[in-house]
Amino acid sequence: MAETKPEAAHHGEAHAAPTNFWWKYIFSVDHKVIGKQYLFLGLFMGFIGVGLSFIFRWQLAWPGTAVPGWGKVTAPQYYELVTMHGTIMVFFVAMPILLGAFGNFVVPLMVGARDMAFPRLNMSSFWTVFVASVILLISFFVPNGASRAGWTNYVPLSDAPRYTAGVYWGGNLWLIAVATDFASVLMGGINILTTAIAMRAPGMTIWRMPLLVWQEMVASVLFMLSVGPLIVGVVMLLLDRMVGTGFFLPEKGADPLLWQHLFWFFGHPEVYVVAVPGLGIIQEILPVFGRKPIFGYRTLVWSAIAAGILSFMVWAHHMFLSGMDPKLAAPFSVTTIAISIPFAVMLFAMIATLWRAQITFATPMLFALGALANFILGGVTGIPLGSDGTDIYLHDTYFVIAHFHNTLVPTVVIAGFAGIYYWFPKMFGRMMNDALGKVHFVFTWIGFNMVFIPLFLIGIGGGQRRIFMSSVYTYYKPLQPLHVIATIGLLIILTGQIPFLINFFGSMIWGKLAGDNPWHANTLEWATSSPPPHENFEVIPTVVRGPYDYSVPGMEQDWAPQAGEPGVAAARA
Amino acid sequence: MLGWLPADVSTFGPNIDSMLKLIFYVVGMAFVLTEGTLLAFIILYRRRKGGRASFVRGESFRELAWVLIPVLIVIFLDVMIDVKAKAIWELVKEQNPPAGVTVKLEALQFGWEFTYPGPDGQFGTHDLVQTTTLTVPAGQVIRLIMGSKDVIHSFYVPQLRLRQDAVPGREIPVWFEATQPGKYEIACSQLCGISHFAMKGILRVLTPEDYQQWVSQHWPKSASATSKRALSARTSGPGKEG
Repeated sequence: MAETKPEAAHHGEAHAAPTNFWWKYIFSVDHKVIGKQYLFLGLFMGFIGVGLSFIFRWQLAWPGTAVPGWGKVTAPQYYELVTMHGTIMVFFVAMPILLGAFGNFVVPLMVGARDMAFPRLNMSSFWTVFVASVILLISFFVPNGASRAGWTNYVPLSDAPRYTAGVYWGGNLWLIAVATDFASVLMGGINILTTAIAMRAPGMTIWRMPLLVWQEMVASVLFMLSVGPLIVGVVMLLLDRMVGTGFFLPEKGADPLLWQHLFWFFGHPEVYVVAVPGLGIIQEILPVFGRKPIFGYRTLVWSAIAAGILSFMVWAHHMFLSGMDPKLAAPFSVTTIAISIPFAVMLFAMIATLWRAQITFATPMLFALGALANFILGGVTGIPLGSDGTDIYLHDTYFVIAHFHNTLVPTVVIAGFAGIYYWFPKMFGRMMNDALGKVHFVFTWIGFNMVFIPLFLIGIGGGQRRIFMSSVYTYYKPLQPLHVIATIGLLIILTGQIPFLINFFGSMIWGKLAGDNPWHANTLEWATSSPPPHENFEVIPTVVRGPYDYSVPGMEQDWAPQAGEPGVAAARA
Repeated sequence: MLGWLPADVSTFGPNIDSMLKLIFYVVGMAFVLTEGTLLAFIILYRRRKGGRASFVRGESFRELAWVLIPVLIVIFLDVMIDVKAKAIWELVKEQNPPAGVTVKLEALQFGWEFTYPGPDGQFGTHDLVQTTTLTVPAGQVIRLIMGSKDVIHSFYVPQLRLRQDAVPGREIPVWFEATQPGKYEIACSQLCGISHFAMKGILRVLTPEDYQQWVSQHWPKSASATSKRALSARTSGPGKEG
């Protein structure tokens, strides 16, 4: 990887195109196929994760009634469902789609590489997360079912089966699946980093890299630096459960807060591991459909890095009320509130990009704008939680749920859909239907807000999360209608996914042929055919400019690809 | 939005509520301005025939000022929120005002156990153990010494605006002073097992007179001694470091 001329490196890495079905589509080492595999896995797990939420949301809205297609929900089932919903959505949907699918499919094309730096490692990272997903799904079917300890898996609750009414294999498989998943993401992150650092096309200086490449790199570094402590914790907890050690059991001299520190030291950077690439997708789409350079390209890079660094100093804001020394709260509260600074920079720069733009509302842009609008809500609602004085009241209420869904759903799901509509033509060579896409957007976005705006109010009303039967508490009674609104919102979201599925699979066969560059975008993935050939480019392009030269004065066309041409006028630095 | 807050019956409740109000105004304003700008740009700058976008890269300092000046405002508001929140946190979680009544709380799957020390103020002599219901007088500082017998639980009374985890192997003190006699629900707010949702307790706040009566019912011989103790604690007043 030390060649000075990237071109030479590409030839060194070249591998012949496979002809056999198994090597071409299943055990492929081609980043484009692996990217699609990740996308299918992430979408599949996503539908399971959201399906679980349908069951427990129904129970929350109409407690004790039979859920269509499921029947009555029992309390142990309820806790199993919420635990697995969180686990699946964060570890098996967000990371596979944002790092796995987009990181894999888009990054090598964007930097002008023939493949990922380590194609076989890439294949094994996909099959590792595949195995992890299978292990997690198997845990539903073992005696006593899957883990019921919450997606944060706090000890001692998760440490011994006696605390969760006999969940043994469910808890063990949860730990094994999560650790396996992390191993996969580590492999993927190494690959993304190495590819972006060492395999860039000639002329692709680091300050000409598209923002998504930067954000994928930031996310990979964050993941690598934060995951170690949690993998250690997972192994220790597995030993506690299976061998009888007492790393987390108070009666054996342990402090249960250790797990929380290990979990959140990873857990908070993890939020940015998925949020930052999600913002990267939005940052790719805004200039293309605004026909305008991104505002403050370098500033966006630096603020993502700053947010990443800060994310390592905020983890204990999840633990203000955990019983840790109360004197620790103030410093962690200050660092947490300070996170608003880099994110405010990013948000303002993204909004400034739209100033005097020429916006067209194709489906990818609608999703990108919808994601941006909700990410602002997710950001501002973090303030009353990060501020220690008010967190005393709001902690562990639905306010927290509504807040983090407003940060993660815009970046993972809504921006993820934006990315799917945007890169689908490159992935499959055909366009998705724009009308169906717009219907999908309207249902998803309105439904999403209908679910989570009421949840903010439930939280303010004092309604705490993880309550199977809210009728136990009288103060919960006035809040109950809000749960009904939220569940109707979820039904709207689910309905909206039908046009998506029809569109997604139908367009692969019947979609309009896309051509190389249907959006008139500048970045390198559009400088090759759709779908790109084996090894991506006929000839590795030479990059002559930055990624966002739209509407350059003096140019006839309003776009100027990084690989040269349409713009006509002289190249800029 | 804050109309959804339940009634507030603790001495520090108004502080937390006014802090929430402050944050909601500040953050609400920022939210409306940001979303308003976004919406205005979306409407104003939609594609027009023959139109061309402005080539603005936002790389020069002069252009970046459009981003950095609003960010300066964000920083100013951040600092203001930090300072105010810290004061409330200190009041609720770091100060330890002298208590009129001290009760040991043990949380367990799935209930609450409250141990009263009896008239001598010493645990282990004339203790009274009450399950589920915590009876306290209004207008006095109550100290709870919290622990757990199994997993992590969390003591939460929305009307007190108070929440604190109970951790096995640790003793965590919290305090509150209720202002209104009445019956309030104690909820567990940390997932603690399959009946977590049903781990309800009752906080019974009595008038000082009713509380004295309750005390004399449970410790008939030394009712007068307790009454004096309670009285002296009240006159010395809360708010000072204990």
